[in-house]
Amino acid sequence: MKTLFNIIFSVNFGYAVLRVTTPILFATLAALISDKAGVINIGLEGIMLSSALAGVIVSAATQSAWIGLLGALIVGTLMGVLLAYFSLDLKADTTLSGIAINLMASGGTIFVLYLVAHDKGISTSLKSMVLPKITIPLIDKIPVVGGILSGHNVLTYISLLSVILMYILLFKTPLGLKIRSVGENPDAASSVGINVKKVKYLALAISGMLAGFGGAYMSMGYVSWFSQNMTAGRGFIALAAEAMGSSSPLASFLAALIFGIADALSNSIQSLRLPPEFVQSIPYIATIIGLIVNSAKADSKKAKAEEEK
Amino acid sequence: MHKKLNFEIIRTIAAIALSLLVAFIIILAVSKEPGEAFKMLLMGPLSSVRHFGNVIEMMIPLTFTGLAVSVMFQAKQFNLGADGAFFIGAVGATIIALEMSMPPVIHPTVAIIFGGALGAITCMIPGILKNKWKANEVVSSLMLNYIMLYLGIYIIKNHLRDINAGTTVSQKFPSTAKLPKIVPNTRIHVGLIIVIALVVILYFFMYKSKHGYEIRMTGQNPMFAKYSGINVNKVIINTQILGGFIAGIGGAVEVLGMYSRFEWQTSPNYGWDGIIVAILARNNPALVPVGAFFLAYLRVGADLMSRMTDVQNEVVAIIQGIMIVLIDAESFLSYWKKKRTFKEATSKTEIASQNLKTN
Repeated sequence: MKTLFNIIFSVNFGYAVLRVTTPILFATLAALISDKAGVINIGLEGIMLSSALAGVIVSAATQSAWIGLLGALIVGTLMGVLLAYFSLDLKADTTLSGIAINLMASGGTIFVLYLVAHDKGISTSLKSMVLPKITIPLIDKIPVVGGILSGHNVLTYISLLSVILMYILLFKTPLGLKIRSVGENPDAASSVGINVKKVKYLALAISGMLAGFGGAYMSMGYVSWFSQNMTAGRGFIALAAEAMGSSSPLASFLAALIFGIADALSNSIQSLRLPPEFVQSIPYIATIIGLIVNSAKADSKKAKAEEEK
Repeated sequence: MHKKLNFEIIRTIAAIALSLLVAFIIILAVSKEPGEAFKMLLMGPLSSVRHFGNVIEMMIPLTFTGLAVSVMFQAKQFNLGADGAFFIGAVGATIIALEMSMPPVIHPTVAIIFGGALGAITCMIPGILKNKWKANEVVSSLMLNYIMLYLGIYIIKNHLRDINAGTTVSQKFPSTAKLPKIVPNTRIHVGLIIVIALVVILYFFMYKSKHGYEIRMTGQNPMFAKYSGINVNKVIINTQILGGFIAGIGGAVEVLGMYSRFEWQTSPNYGWDGIIVAILARNNPALVPVGAFFLAYLRVGADLMSRMTDVQNEVVAIIQGIMIVLIDAESFLSYWKKKRTFKEATSKTEIASQNLKTN
């Protein structure tokens, strides 16, 4: 128990939490904006995976990490639009469309990986690039805090910034208002002249782009290669995190952080001689518990509101 | 009603054709021998008894998971836990096969039922979580898949592992536990008979029994079901228990019929394939074997293609994705349907007006 304590209250652990939270946070924000527009984006997992591969391929081809990132974002955005096309134009069930995207991505990435790297498992034969780490001046001099907050991948800071930007977008801009009204009551929104379909398309494009950031981070920051199914359910975990912090970007951030802690814990308590299978299940178990807690909370709130009526 | 069914069949076939066309374009783009590759994909499984046997062998687990998913989808429950249920079902069968000694016939029967029970528990959990706390079943079942995977691997590794083998595999099954093969020159096993029986039972259950009616009503219109006195919550839970049980049996049958020991290091993903099969079959148990056969045929063809030519079998993933969307897409070919309905309607009014005139 004492070792566990030592692990959790260490600078390394704090740093690791932010490191592993980054992809989950991007995906959580992606889930948030699509949910606000009234679409559950199950395809996040597949979008992240495709973007991760795109980042590796484009950065290897151009020898520029930034162009690689751009490639990942474009692929992510396009896949968000594809999901919108499936569900809004072809009128397929949103959940099934998401599943289709995931299936296509998990096989399709392997297919493409083999074409470019001649390996079905990992992309190490490609000389792909990694996005830079950033040392924050002044803060990195502060003991403990500096060690936790400074020296992260640039995308980690972008993910934190995105929380604020998402808040501004949703609550301080006309587009945000449109997105929320479309999600809450599409008929009412359409009656005041909002183009519901267009707004949903936009929301899903942004959602895809955010998932693209998450994917790029996986293969160009978290590690420096692409491996098959490397997102390992993070897109799904993000759906749960978003459900936990439903109404606000900040709460979603905190929820993502909880899953990040569970994930970091599973990485660092492997030294404690617990069975690795148990440790690896921690994030998934935490997700289910989180889902129950949140849903129960929402349920009791609703019941209370009804009583007051 | 009949016309509607016809339209669904035409649309399904059109969706399949279109996704194959996309696959063909991809193959054309990446392959140096596209003709050979496409021929292997489409005709390869027919090239020998063994290869066609492979199709039937793969059809068995796909039919199980397809049935499991279609039962749950009929009640409009997007429980995606069939994959975890299938995996843990196989682990459960391995436990009984290795830890108990029983006479033949009884041994695999007990193992399969135990595997089914574990599967039932897996799919029941998201159902209970939804009923009690309104937790979204999609997310919770996805998480459970991972938990069951790790739990299963833990059990195999720590309690049933063959330490003499290089990888994490279980000890060999005793001959009493294995399901016998039934067709010479192939690995087709008794599981085929079990699954055919299950298809027949489930068809009558879904379309001719009160419980089946309740499940379908709950899926089509939960409010109506509720007001007509159906205990919707109970139906939803029971449906997921049933679905999980079928998937669990599927895992158990697969491991006892096809393997001499438990050797999966990760999920074989048959639960996910079950979703594709269920969509192809439009959730109708009687059509599930057809969907499973088609998917298995495609898979075996793709495997042969990747072995014989320069195209990788993952191209199937793209075919599957497009198929799912197009078959489920309401708008796909709806223009054509509209036109036909319009034609019928106008011809009817013409007849009616003519009748009026003659009268």
